[in-house]
Amino acid sequence: MATLKELSKRKEGLVGGHRACAGCAASATIRQVLLAAGDKPTVAGIATGCMEVVTTIFPYTAWNVNLVHNAFENSASTVSGVEAAYKVLKRKGKIKDDIQFIAFGGDGGTYDIGLQALSGAIERRHKMLYVCYDNEAYMNTGYQRSSATPYCAHTTTSPAGTKIPGKAQWRKDLTEIVIAHDPAYAAQATPGYYMDLIRKVEKALAADGPSFINVLSPCVPGWGYPSDQTVNISKLAVETLFWPLYEWQDDSYKINMKPREPKPLVDFLKLQARFRHLFKSGNEHLVEEFQAEVNRRWEALLRKEQATSA
Amino acid sequence: MKTVAKTGNEAMAYAMKQINPDVVAAYPITPATEVVQIFSNYVADGEVDTEFVAVESEHSALSACVGASIAGGRVMTSTSSQGLALMHEILYIAAGNRLPIVIALVNRSLSAPINIHCDHSDTMGSREAGWMHLYCANSQEAYDSLIIALKTAEATAVPAIVSTDAFILSHAMERLEVLEDSDVQNFIGEYRPRFSALDLENPKTYGPLDLQDYFFEHKRAQIDDFSKVLDAYDKAAKDYAELSGRYYPALEEYKTEDADVAIFAAGSTADTAKEVVDDLRDQGRKVGLVRMRMWRPLPVEQIKKALTKFKAVAVMDRSDTMADFGGPVFLETRGMLYDSEEKPLITDYVYGLGGRNIKLTDIARVYDDIEQVAKAGKIEKLITYLGVRGEE
Repeated sequence: MATLKELSKRKEGLVGGHRACAGCAASATIRQVLLAAGDKPTVAGIATGCMEVVTTIFPYTAWNVNLVHNAFENSASTVSGVEAAYKVLKRKGKIKDDIQFIAFGGDGGTYDIGLQALSGAIERRHKMLYVCYDNEAYMNTGYQRSSATPYCAHTTTSPAGTKIPGKAQWRKDLTEIVIAHDPAYAAQATPGYYMDLIRKVEKALAADGPSFINVLSPCVPGWGYPSDQTVNISKLAVETLFWPLYEWQDDSYKINMKPREPKPLVDFLKLQARFRHLFKSGNEHLVEEFQAEVNRRWEALLRKEQATSA
Repeated sequence: MKTVAKTGNEAMAYAMKQINPDVVAAYPITPATEVVQIFSNYVADGEVDTEFVAVESEHSALSACVGASIAGGRVMTSTSSQGLALMHEILYIAAGNRLPIVIALVNRSLSAPINIHCDHSDTMGSREAGWMHLYCANSQEAYDSLIIALKTAEATAVPAIVSTDAFILSHAMERLEVLEDSDVQNFIGEYRPRFSALDLENPKTYGPLDLQDYFFEHKRAQIDDFSKVLDAYDKAAKDYAELSGRYYPALEEYKTEDADVAIFAAGSTADTAKEVVDDLRDQGRKVGLVRMRMWRPLPVEQIKKALTKFKAVAVMDRSDTMADFGGPVFLETRGMLYDSEEKPLITDYVYGLGGRNIKLTDIARVYDDIEQVAKAGKIEKLITYLGVRGEE
């Protein structure tokens, strides 16, 4: 695994000067992923969304690698095509280098509108890493709920009103859906644990087949917290068991971070405006339900790890 | 050159085999399924070098084609009807990114009601997407057109659709002549992409966000380049004629020199109409046919020159615009001829929707009508829905 020192000497794949918000975890995610991939030639694809919009405004680009943007729902199928062309051009001797492929998409473009394209690309075994920067809502269009939006979160299409306290449903477990496709590698990460993310990218790119990393990427305006708190919130998501860091390979689960004493979920919730209404009197049961669901999912993950450990 | 018996689908698949594209990403849909089915046999038997991507939808088919084309590959796909509708979003993206992808398409009506038979509503619905489009009248032409279209597309960086009529052409066996593989390869030449996302020396951002300050110039440049397609097509068609002995102008005229009236039609119906023209000519009637082969870009000057000779023209539209003003060919034809000093009286016949059969007698009736219009010097009925119950 590359050390921090080695990483610091690599050429950046995504440079500064782009127009992401201060404290944006998604841009940090992409930067870290490309640094981790930076020892080999990389071609990237990206779905329409925050990151595409802030990094590619013509005539500028923040990308030092070839980047292909097509549309919103098709990052996976677009990179499928790039990878297919690479295979045939390589066979014909027109391409000499070994190139690795990374497709990026937000949670809207991955959990929702691009789920079919992602499913197809993994099933076809294209050798690509798909990285979902999951900021838990349609942030680019102004914070609308997605199937990645957590329970009770206020978004502009699941507003916390006087009758309905934010999103009424639990989030979709996309990482499990991907694992059901039997990829070469799958993992959850978050940029607060940056060396964990780096290691997972290296592992994913080394795997022989399609790989997937779901990266929880806190969003300053969408989640509603001060821009200097991104790393703290990213870590709290793990420490409260809200976002377990784990990986799956060769039929086995491995949890990468098991807090000895998990922090209560409220520590994560209370810093964010999207959960503010949960702390009004009368809503205590919602926090309890939320905590119980987080615990249930954590216990289920522990059982899966135990059941699949050698 | 050898003579073979092939359906429209087989002819298009065979042309694809001889083109031997780098990537084909496709999804099955009646009545175009056979094209990809036959092509995947070529892949399975090692007769092509193509990377075949059997995607999970037409949306992903064209999305993967876009990725493969940006990566510098020669790329083709095939679809029909709902499949083209599902590709609709990406059609514009392929054209806007100047990717010379070629679609072997079979024209089928759009749902609802769901139907698998021929009309032109699918491609007409995509007419503003920035794709060159050729309507074919028979299997020979479908085979030849795919090869000519690929050459034109790559010369202009404009993607192309080549279409046949569902079942009438796609599933009907015809006698046709095919070239040798090497002749096709020599004709199309080695593909030299203008750019490639696999070019590591020159990393670029493909498909960037383009706002108010540049978008319009980029669109204007695309429109400008689109206007060069006709000349590039004509050159390719003439070169192809030298190779094959078969010349396909963008606009075909049949027995029009001394004609008073003419039908303006596309696809298989135009070939059927030639039979009617011959019969009526035997009766001494001065009728002709103009066949619209290239629909995008419109060969405007050729159409004006052809149609202004007549006293009356019947446009045959195999789709409707839902503008309460007939079909798209009718609307655009009237638009093109508006400034002409001498112009024919133009009526519209919307026909054959959902595969409704168009008979020789139907076409003969259209000639009867326009002869009447020409004689009277005025139009009694502007738009007729031909061969549908409830219409007189």
